[in-house]
Amino acid sequence: MLAACGLTSADQLFEQIPAAARIHGALALAPGISEYEIVDYFKALSDRTSNGYASFLGAGVYNHYRPVVVDTVVSRGEFLTSYTPYQSEISQGTLITIFEFQTMVCQLTGMDVANASMYDASTAVPEAAMMAVRITGRHKILVAKSVHPEYRQVQQTYAKNQGLPIEEFGYDAETGQLDLADLEAKLDKQTACVIIQSPNFFGIIEDVRKAAELAHAHGALLVFTFSEAASLGILEPPRDADIVAGELQSFAISPSYGGPFAGIIASKEKYIRQLPGRLVGQTTDSQGNRAFCLTLATREQHIRREKATSNICTNQALIALMATVFLELYGKQGLRELATQNLAKAHYLGSKIKPKFSGPYFNEFVAVPTGKSPEALNEALLSKKIIGGLALGKFYPELSDATLLCATEMTKRSDMDTLAEVFHS
Amino acid sequence: MIRKVRSHITQNEDLIFERSSPGKIGYQLPELDVPAVDPASLLGDANVRSEIEGFPEVSEVEVVRHFTRLSTWNYAIDLGMYPLGSCTMKYNPRINEAVARLEGLAWSHPYQPESLSQGAMEVVAKLEDALCEITGLDAITLQPAAGAHGELTGILLVRALLESQGNPRKKILVPDSAHGTNPATAGIAGYAVQNVRSNDQGMIDLEELSKLVDGDVAALMVTNPNTLGVFEENIMQAAEILHSKGAMVYMDGANLNALVGVARPGDFGIDVMHINLHKTFSTPHGGGGPGGGPVAVKSHLAPFLPVPRLKRLKDAFAWDYDVPQSIGKVRAFYGNFGVLVRALAYILAHGGPGLRNATVDAVLNANYIRHQLAPYFDLPYNRPNMHEVVFSDDRQAAKGVKTGDMAKRLIDYGFHPYTVSFPLIVHGALMIEPTETESKQELDLFIDAMISIAKEIDEEPAKVISAPHSTRTTRVDEVGAARKPIVRWKP
Repeated sequence: MLAACGLTSADQLFEQIPAAARIHGALALAPGISEYEIVDYFKALSDRTSNGYASFLGAGVYNHYRPVVVDTVVSRGEFLTSYTPYQSEISQGTLITIFEFQTMVCQLTGMDVANASMYDASTAVPEAAMMAVRITGRHKILVAKSVHPEYRQVQQTYAKNQGLPIEEFGYDAETGQLDLADLEAKLDKQTACVIIQSPNFFGIIEDVRKAAELAHAHGALLVFTFSEAASLGILEPPRDADIVAGELQSFAISPSYGGPFAGIIASKEKYIRQLPGRLVGQTTDSQGNRAFCLTLATREQHIRREKATSNICTNQALIALMATVFLELYGKQGLRELATQNLAKAHYLGSKIKPKFSGPYFNEFVAVPTGKSPEALNEALLSKKIIGGLALGKFYPELSDATLLCATEMTKRSDMDTLAEVFHS
Repeated sequence: MIRKVRSHITQNEDLIFERSSPGKIGYQLPELDVPAVDPASLLGDANVRSEIEGFPEVSEVEVVRHFTRLSTWNYAIDLGMYPLGSCTMKYNPRINEAVARLEGLAWSHPYQPESLSQGAMEVVAKLEDALCEITGLDAITLQPAAGAHGELTGILLVRALLESQGNPRKKILVPDSAHGTNPATAGIAGYAVQNVRSNDQGMIDLEELSKLVDGDVAALMVTNPNTLGVFEENIMQAAEILHSKGAMVYMDGANLNALVGVARPGDFGIDVMHINLHKTFSTPHGGGGPGGGPVAVKSHLAPFLPVPRLKRLKDAFAWDYDVPQSIGKVRAFYGNFGVLVRALAYILAHGGPGLRNATVDAVLNANYIRHQLAPYFDLPYNRPNMHEVVFSDDRQAAKGVKTGDMAKRLIDYGFHPYTVSFPLIVHGALMIEPTETESKQELDLFIDAMISIAKEIDEEPAKVISAPHSTRTTRVDEVGAARKPIVRWKP
């Protein structure tokens, strides 16, 4: 092949690079190792983690069972090793799975349109806020303190550089729900959107309708986010929101130390041209057969460049496919049963450990350990091979005596009993 | 002649919603080991939804058949060469998938104690070290979720450094050959975009650049090798021009596959760059994601990197949130960790010498294609290329056949099309990137296919214009799709 290129050595391939820019010598990286050695190495790393521990951590990342079929499907090379479906004729498989994904996201959230996925909820939320800014022509963003702290941190990073002021409003110390009076006091003619989460970071279900009424009365949009998607199997969807930006990690996406996950963004029909990212639409082929293709690309960076609705290009397609397979397996009945099981488990735990807040909760709640700090509780649990809840002081100094406990369908009664025992001891 | 493929039967398949019938299930849950609850009495009637209208009800075998049938309607690297320029569609080793699914890595929770996360944190540390060595840069964050997200992170770092010096400045310079994400990113980071015209060689024009760089310019975003697949020979002088005015050079790492083990951005004047793990480091594209977009920087930008930073203590790793000048977080937790595991497995499998060999093969493959196809297609910038080569459809367009038509005809020959009509500085571009994982046999089949299409254009152009002919789905009505968008199924 070198000869066919008129060359005598591989080094000649790089003569176009100025000598000063080339590496002289080799990279300081060890020579390659075999497949067996790689497996061995990562197995050793895997053993130096929480492997074998029961866990009561939720706080935005949940332990839910992943049906075997999910990996059967996403391991097929036709899904795993294909690119973004720009060439419709040989990408109908991917396009249809995304179309089904978009449909189910709409059915779950009560929205009219949904895109093909975002990186995760923490980045979908600021994209939703940017949508709201474009739609309303206003600049101020109001965020509930009970929205996931890391989503708020990411929102801060995005907004800071666009000159969008952010203000936070509080939660009710008794119920753990939105402090609606505080929200009302902070709403004004500059407010582009109000961002709330339900179940909120404390696991408490919010009154979405009231928040929407307040936002709308001031001409602002309601952006709704969620981190525990399993709750949508039983909770009334956020129909009163204008934009929904959430996280589907609960749908067969392993915690994987925080990613990759699949974020969603969905909205009312009238905002479709303000959505970021890819969208799949239905059409026909030249023979009149139903066909699918990427559509409304004039919103996107490869066409609009600096005027695009977002810079997002790569999304989370394969992870969204995991969620799609999961949702089709569980279906209408399974999703409801899954949510109800989560509710039952968490409320069993709630019968042993009193929740701090009185608002209704889904599968996690805040509690104050008896006579010890949450850190001391967690330390005591580790010796029983149990990872306790999230000590809240890191994000909420006023809750530094409290822990956030989560129970899912995978949580065993015996572990909950042990937790309760240590909690009260 | 079409040598690589012949047609076979594919199964029809409806949308899942159309397969659904009441009462079917495809899931199993264990019996509850705690008392059952009544949702309405726990949560209140208003909080409990009625059934999810229109949601599918199907059996497990129906789900498996549904997705298996749909999968057969896709093209994939696993079926053959996927020469999309700028996308680096290389083979995705399956060992990477296996190790990313190891229980302790796949089921680690981001908030579990650091004492129970050391294995996961070592993945982060090892990958950080390897990528710094490969790029010749001093520090890195693995938090960004994809290339465009990395670009945003990088530009925010530039902004933070300039702000700390008293003036964030106003403009980002973007060459006219750049990927669309570059100007889109600059916009989202709060900068105005100024386009820079390329010279007649498709390169950065130093004279033009000198005129444009002033105290308002924050950075130049540059792709190197550029989108013509050519190394920017004046990159070091360009960097000097920027640096002399207190501005920085951002490198889009989309084409890093041409450089690994051969040249390091940190050695040729780059201040900050992103790396696409789903390109250079073989993590699968998965039909559009997930990716990984680590951002590597020179030491002057390191204090601004996102939190948390991985700290290397004497005998343990720890997350450090106390980084006063940090731009903050760009994503929850620590990034697309599962993608990081795959990238590290790839680097370990190759090792230093193997990574360089991959680069050599990638560049050799692209040069081989240029030499073999040059007699048949116009080369607007005829010079040695790196990992990809860009032709134009000049000769074929004169006969009424455009790059998009030839791309569709390539499908009939059993290949995924090349990148069509990009970069924008080439009229009717055919952008071809073979990657190192294609054998000479596969390359020759591709070359034959391209030559055969060129001959068809001489003999029966209509056949090319109306392609593809062998797919289940023929050309789709994209205009119709956008005019009246149907983006969800309705009964």
